[in-house]
Amino acid sequence: MRLLEIRQLRAGFNVYGGTLKVLNGVNLHLNEGEKVGLVGETGCGKTTTAKSTLKILPEPPAEVFGGEILFNGTDVLPLGQKEMRKIHATGISMIFQDPTASLNPVFTIGDQLRDTIRYAGIDGHITKKEIHERAVLSLRDVHLPDPERMLKNYPIQLSGGMRQRICIAMALATQSQLLIADEPTTSLDVTIQAQVLRLLGELVEQKETSTILITHSLGVVREWTQRVYVMYAGSMVETAQTADLFNNPLHPYTEGLMKAVPRLTGEGIAEGISGRIPDYLNPPGGCRFHPRCPHVMKICREEKPPYFTVDADHQVACFLFKG
Amino acid sequence: MTDEILKIRDLKKYFYTKHGMVKAADGVTFSIQKKETLGLVGESGSGKSTVAYTILGIYSPTDGSILFNGQDISKPWTKRPKHFKKDIQIVFQDPGSSLNPRRSIRQILELPLKVHRIEGNVGREEQAIRLLDKVGLPADYMYKYPQAIGGGERQIVAIARALATDPSFVVLDEPTSALDVSVQAKIINLLMGLQDEFDLTYLFITHDLSLMRNMAARVAIMYLGKICEIAPTVEFFKNPLHPYTQMLLSSIPVVSEKEEEYKPKKIIPQGEIPSPVDVPPGCNFHTRCPRRMEICSRVDPDMVTQEEGHLVRCHLYTGA
Amino acid sequence: MAGKKKKDSHTWEKVKKSWYQFSKNPLSIIGATIVFLIMCLAIFAPFVAPYPEHAGNFVDFSNASRPPSLHHLFGTDVFGRDILSRVFFGFRFSLVMGFVVISLTAPVGVTLGLIAGYMKGTWVDTLVMRLTDIFVAVPPLVLALAVTSILKPSVFNAMMAVSLMWWPWYCRLVYGISSSIKNEFFVQAAEVTGSGKLHIIFREILPNCFGPIFTKISLDMGWVILIGSALSFVGLGAQPPTPDLGTMVADGAKYMPDQWWMAVFPAFAIMFVVFGFNILGDGIRDMLEVEEG
Repeated sequence: MRLLEIRQLRAGFNVYGGTLKVLNGVNLHLNEGEKVGLVGETGCGKTTTAKSTLKILPEPPAEVFGGEILFNGTDVLPLGQKEMRKIHATGISMIFQDPTASLNPVFTIGDQLRDTIRYAGIDGHITKKEIHERAVLSLRDVHLPDPERMLKNYPIQLSGGMRQRICIAMALATQSQLLIADEPTTSLDVTIQAQVLRLLGELVEQKETSTILITHSLGVVREWTQRVYVMYAGSMVETAQTADLFNNPLHPYTEGLMKAVPRLTGEGIAEGISGRIPDYLNPPGGCRFHPRCPHVMKICREEKPPYFTVDADHQVACFLFKG
Repeated sequence: MTDEILKIRDLKKYFYTKHGMVKAADGVTFSIQKKETLGLVGESGSGKSTVAYTILGIYSPTDGSILFNGQDISKPWTKRPKHFKKDIQIVFQDPGSSLNPRRSIRQILELPLKVHRIEGNVGREEQAIRLLDKVGLPADYMYKYPQAIGGGERQIVAIARALATDPSFVVLDEPTSALDVSVQAKIINLLMGLQDEFDLTYLFITHDLSLMRNMAARVAIMYLGKICEIAPTVEFFKNPLHPYTQMLLSSIPVVSEKEEEYKPKKIIPQGEIPSPVDVPPGCNFHTRCPRRMEICSRVDPDMVTQEEGHLVRCHLYTGA
Repeated sequence: MAGKKKKDSHTWEKVKKSWYQFSKNPLSIIGATIVFLIMCLAIFAPFVAPYPEHAGNFVDFSNASRPPSLHHLFGTDVFGRDILSRVFFGFRFSLVMGFVVISLTAPVGVTLGLIAGYMKGTWVDTLVMRLTDIFVAVPPLVLALAVTSILKPSVFNAMMAVSLMWWPWYCRLVYGISSSIKNEFFVQAAEVTGSGKLHIIFREILPNCFGPIFTKISLDMGWVILIGSALSFVGLGAQPPTPDLGTMVADGAKYMPDQWWMAVFPAFAIMFVVFGFNILGDGIRDMLEVEEG
């Protein structure tokens, strides 16, 4: 049984002027122990997908129109707050993009870490001493120097990289089965990003935590993940084993993205992809990428392409690959 | 008649804060040729934005000199003669806050025209439309407000605004860092086209070395207020000398095997970037340097010329 | 030309959207209705009031101190004057007080705040802010009392007194916004281009302050009216026979609890006005807040 399976998720936001139909049939799955990447540009719906899985989207104006999110076989969408809290405690944790915003500035690191551990409610009743020990251990895991002293610090006293490490420590302190990391290193400097990503990789392997890494950086995805989904305007356009995707990108959007990345080898700057992301109030019919696609065909305007299997694990949502 | 449009010599900018003195820029020297693009690369605290703002006159230098077309402009914008403000322009980093959300695009574009009384033969409105056309935006964008358009387009408007006064020198402060890669490609292409068409010189500030590889004629790396290394682009990537440069290169996530070969293998990034209030003594990089020697914690190295145009500031190369 | 049409359609879109935001909370509509109603009653008082002449020098002791009835919905006071009509005329003074005070204090406070904020760190900043501190340090009512007792008690002097203690709050509000906005990139862009300080303060920074300013103005109306009524209550505002809500409450208070209507109805009228403006102010804040988002 798959750890996480999202089937045909459709969701959006009710705003002035209508409904933003953001998610348009998202299909994604994750097996235990996998490191999966979700790559896409701003506004494609990756954070909305992540937040829907944790059910932390504010219900008005957000609304789920259809689909299922199966965690360990159970659909979380109809669950109530109490059941979701259990899932949040030991099932799924999340790291957000901005570590400064994720940490409460008026409490010490120790307070926040201990709270997280306590509310996880693992091992039934847990003593204060044990909570403290676990907190120190989790800080050691993320290679933070002098954990005892670190617990007394306030977030403002630390650098961005350290804060993100603390968020990672908090996310992993509860031994969750699934970790969703939403652009965890985007706000960090390049040399710090490399360190934090390496650390995250080691930790998830050590704790056998399955991970979804969300990012807009193709380079990060290539270095960190085993399998990857490419997302555009609310649905997945391509998925493959990471090496396969980079050796053989199939979807016109994926190709456009790859070409737009500046290369260290100095091949000049490619053109980019013409057009803009769609207006979610009135999204284009059929394949949402068709207005920008250099290979658009008649059927693309009319029907939304399903996944077509090209290879083991390599699937493309594009009519160019039908049959 | 020299071809140098900008020459910065030993530029220093110190800030006095309650935590101590921040040496944001501490002895920066470089020059830029006309129509060239110089890439200024660094991470947080490197001082790259400080250098940019001092050139613009938003800050006034604590010491050192800035020569623009041979003339000394080492003073804040309030004290500069107006024609320098026409000639030197900037595109800021954050498209969200570089355009006033309460002003329409037309008003934003007309401001520099009004200030410098750029008349031309047509009315202001027509001039604004022509500016939009220069950067490839439709005329009806005039009446829109910044929140109504996407981040990439806001940056394009910021570029149009910078071009309004027909400058010869444009500082680009991380213009695409907040944008997606496909939008970035569009903007970079636009910038390069404009550079050709209007003979512009660019000082391009960024942390993205891959971008510089494809855009800049020369690259300079800054760390905690000082320049570590400066070289022509091809030479720089073929032969990065400074350990910090190597650390930067090895941290870049790349998308192909071929690029992996350009990354130095043995340098693993380590350590935190020190706070600019607490700069390490001697060579400011020594606390994180995998090749540090005893002298590095005591003496700040001088800049030496290793190859033609390739300068580096590191004891490994001072021949000591 | 086509451009103008586009501009008009953009403006219309903004109006529609603002209305949507405003009307999301039903209380805002109620507030707007109340304020509109009060304004109409005030402006058209001579035509709407059942006994307009009772607002001036009028006595009819045969009708004095009558409880509320069909002829006199709010009853009559000791001079036989219809309280309902006097309340309508009383609204006039309240509204005038509000408008005058705010039109004096808002421009002065806002301008000083803008300049002090933009010149933060200079002597201008220190001067203005310490001046503000002085006025704020004195308890508001005490200041107003002091001023009006030095000068002759009258509606006009009451307005001056309230204005004196009101302007610092606008100054502080705008100072906070101005001093933080001046570091935004778009201000620096304008500076770097070479635009003058006047342009930057009034065309770049000020528009970004409109939201909080207008919200404060509408919330303030209620408060100014309340303070004005308090001054009249202690006799330092409107003088008899001028129908002022505060004065009416003061006069009527002597006859509580038997002839309760003389104090209660004017008091409710004050409450009504203040409540209406407060709710309206909330609605305006909602409407302007999202626009900035």
